[in-house]
Amino acid sequence: MSIPAFGDSLITYLIIAALLFGIGFYGLVHRRTLIGMLIAGELILAGASINFMAFNRFLAPDPTVGQVFTLFIMGIAAAEAAIALSIIIAVYRNYRTIDAEDVAELKG
Amino acid sequence: MVPLFSAEGLSSLVFIFIVITTVLGAVIATHSVRLIRAVTGLAICFIGVAGIYYYLHSPFVALMEMLIYVGAVCVTIVFAVMLADPNPESETGKSSVFTGPLSFALGILFFWGLSALAGKTAWIQPSSRINDGSLEEVGRSLLTNYSMAFELISVVLLVAIIGALVLARGGRTRTGGES
Repeated sequence: MSIPAFGDSLITYLIIAALLFGIGFYGLVHRRTLIGMLIAGELILAGASINFMAFNRFLAPDPTVGQVFTLFIMGIAAAEAAIALSIIIAVYRNYRTIDAEDVAELKG
Repeated sequence: MVPLFSAEGLSSLVFIFIVITTVLGAVIATHSVRLIRAVTGLAICFIGVAGIYYYLHSPFVALMEMLIYVGAVCVTIVFAVMLADPNPESETGKSSVFTGPLSFALGILFFWGLSALAGKTAWIQPSSRINDGSLEEVGRSLLTNYSMAFELISVVLLVAIIGALVLARGGRTRTGGES
């Protein structure tokens, strides 16, 4: 019995990253609540990070660049999640809903 | 192809399991009606992504993924779900053309396009590596080449935390003043 060595080829990781990006984009359009959209956005960021790490492992002459960039993506994603969740809580206090279509007036 | 009952074969089997975990977690995160299950699916997906980072020879980034995403971001989203208390009917109530087949077609289109692009491109292998990409090298480049970005991202995190506090607190005082 033999099994293909998937973990040693660049194309495997690129397809996984594309799959995560596609699922995240689908969720971003499909979801109705703001928290659901935030979760889908985190999936898109994870796909981008996997792309960076795959290129870093197989193609980069300096194999620290992708790791440093992925760490920066993590920091930005943490800041983005904190800001977005506080905005969602403020929206919920004013509108009593987090449905993206009910939050449609500009004056709060 | 490697034989199944060897170290490489077992590691390839574990890799397939990790990929299935990642994709299943992502599908749960986008498809479950209740938001708390979506957050759980997101945590499962991020555990799988950490395993993928481990297979990309970066155990430090895998640990950071577990620590920051599973430990911090998912717990923060759980807090927001608890405070905002969304009802599950709002996910399924009204439906428009965007939330139905069009979103599915858009996701398939992006996946197919990116995969075809990755498969068609002739990637150029590097002729030589200037270091081995270990944790020591990552720390050295963080404090030499990328020190400006490293300092800036700590400022960004500080401003984000203070801004989150101000935003969440401003809504509370306004509601208290009205009621």
